[in-house]
Amino acid sequence: MFYRENGQFKTSYRADQQIFPITQDRIAILALLVVAFVVVPSLASDYMFRAIFIPFLIFSLAAVGVNILVGYCGQISLGSGAFMAVGAYAAYNFFVRIEGMPLVVALILGGVSSMLFGIVFGLPSLRVKGLYLAVATLAAQFFADWMFLRIQWFTNYSPSGSVSVSNLQVFGFSLESPFAKYMFCLVLLAVIALLAKNLVRGAVGREWMAIRDMDVAAAVIGIRPMFAKLSAFAVSSFIVGVAGALWAFIYLGAWEPAAFSVDQSFKLLFMVIIGGMGSIMGSFFGAAFIVVLPIFLNQFLPALASVLGIEISTAGVSHAELMIFGGLIVWFLIVEPHGLAKLWSIAKQKLRLWPFPH
Amino acid sequence: MAFFLETLLGGLMAGMLYSLVALGFVLIFKASGVFNFAQGAMVLFAALAMARFAEWVPLYLGIEDPIIGNVLAFIGAGGVMFCVAWVIERLVLRHLVNQEGTTLLMATLGITYFMEGLGQTIFGSSIYKIDIGMPKDPVMILESTFEGGIMINKEDFYAAIIAAALVALLSVFFQKTATGRALRAVADDHQAAQSIGIPLNRIWVIVWCVAGVVALVAGMIWGSKLGVQFSLTTVALRALPVVILGGLTSVPGAIVGGLIIGVGEKLSEVYLGPYVGGGIEIWFAYVLALGFLLIRPQGLFGEKIIDRV
Repeated sequence: MFYRENGQFKTSYRADQQIFPITQDRIAILALLVVAFVVVPSLASDYMFRAIFIPFLIFSLAAVGVNILVGYCGQISLGSGAFMAVGAYAAYNFFVRIEGMPLVVALILGGVSSMLFGIVFGLPSLRVKGLYLAVATLAAQFFADWMFLRIQWFTNYSPSGSVSVSNLQVFGFSLESPFAKYMFCLVLLAVIALLAKNLVRGAVGREWMAIRDMDVAAAVIGIRPMFAKLSAFAVSSFIVGVAGALWAFIYLGAWEPAAFSVDQSFKLLFMVIIGGMGSIMGSFFGAAFIVVLPIFLNQFLPALASVLGIEISTAGVSHAELMIFGGLIVWFLIVEPHGLAKLWSIAKQKLRLWPFPH
Repeated sequence: MAFFLETLLGGLMAGMLYSLVALGFVLIFKASGVFNFAQGAMVLFAALAMARFAEWVPLYLGIEDPIIGNVLAFIGAGGVMFCVAWVIERLVLRHLVNQEGTTLLMATLGITYFMEGLGQTIFGSSIYKIDIGMPKDPVMILESTFEGGIMINKEDFYAAIIAAALVALLSVFFQKTATGRALRAVADDHQAAQSIGIPLNRIWVIVWCVAGVVALVAGMIWGSKLGVQFSLTTVALRALPVVILGGLTSVPGAIVGGLIIGVGEKLSEVYLGPYVGGGIEIWFAYVLALGFLLIRPQGLFGEKIIDRV
């Protein structure tokens, strides 16, 4: 009843092609932004910022990047962790080695380095497809793991490749408090997500989707596979690289190569699949799910055990977490293989009719 | 020259061990089109089961003889792997028929997490030993030809023989038995196989079982080499380049791929490693596989991929 586009007539192409054509969607997005920028900061505690909101924002950003590659262009990548690592270490080098380098510029340069790295490791995608490509992208992952562990120059000759940054500030504001960190990540995420949304509904995005749906057919109708695939790799790894730099600078502060292991790649792919392939919105759902679930299990399991009167050790809890995490993922894939974004669109469809049955 | 040969032989034997893990991937992909990331977790699970059963058999049954103990443990672990296969088919695969490859891949990743948790909950998470009585001392061969001879690790040598025997056994099973024929039929075309009355579900259970037994053998050998511990799951990551190099659908491909990767890894580590700081084994295997893929995108022995619009 409330969610109806009847009567919202579009009288110009501009109005027809705007990013959120339905008035209710615009209102919902505005409300969401208000919640993110005003309500959450005024309610959340420091712990909430650190444990939930900041990781959620950064992983959402990374998931948007991965979704462009996997969900929109159909190139399965298990090397996202490597792109994050390249972004983080490149930004670190720019930040530390060049005197007076502003943080934002360092982050963007980190993203650009990750983009170049992504293009190089995206080259095989022109020839290798599907699962073969997925495994081939692991090459990027292991290469990056090795590179930051063994080539000391990248890590400023620190032992075991662990580096740290401190005294971060943006335009004179110090990024020390969780609130400032949250706002900084939020602004970056909002800007990049908007750009990504616009990209995927433009000409480039349509090329990506054509390649995803069937690359031979796309090539036949005149889409350049090389341009489409490499641009997807470039955009995706840029975003993932920026997210990696944020993860390192803002969330971790001090990190070593193991922070961007292959597990991170799997996690990102989980976010995309569970959230919904080919949906910017879905990336947020997926990131929320993957970030919140372990925290929830971590808090909930010992409480449950004490209620039931069972003693479980810390190791037992972490094993149970693994099992529940794995089980839930399988269950999710069975119940809704198209991800949370699909549930969202079903809900919207239902809302159109509600409260009437037809 | 002797050193080169030594490295080469070492690489070949390590390669056989990789192909043992790779075989598990290929078997399942062939029969059900699932790229089974859980193979590594299955190796760990099987090795844990085997190690603990071998501990429990003398403890509870009072059988002291190590050979009978090990055989009983092997049978027990095989039974466990059968249950795992059955449960996976029942609870996961059956519900995911006709889904995309990526979804299935992710489901097996979910299974990986689950099995890692479950295995360590049931069997414990410390480091265990598997002692199947393989000799550990190295031997020298060809001492008359080369000065000093070539050193061969006896354990690796036996492991390679076991792996080769398993491969031979599997090929006979695939080529000569009725079940093997049914498996190949399913691998060729699910629908056609189903329409002539081959029960798909049972075939899947069988093939996951076979993969489970392969994982058990791999877990046994790797476990006795490295000790049974969590890091055993990473052998799957070591075996992945083997799979794509040989082709996802080819059993001989897994063997040849394993040998190429094994040799490539060892030679690169020895001859190239010192120049770039060492530890290049892992990514070099992937880059090597990638190099082959650029020439043959479907792997050395994989079926040719034909795209139709």
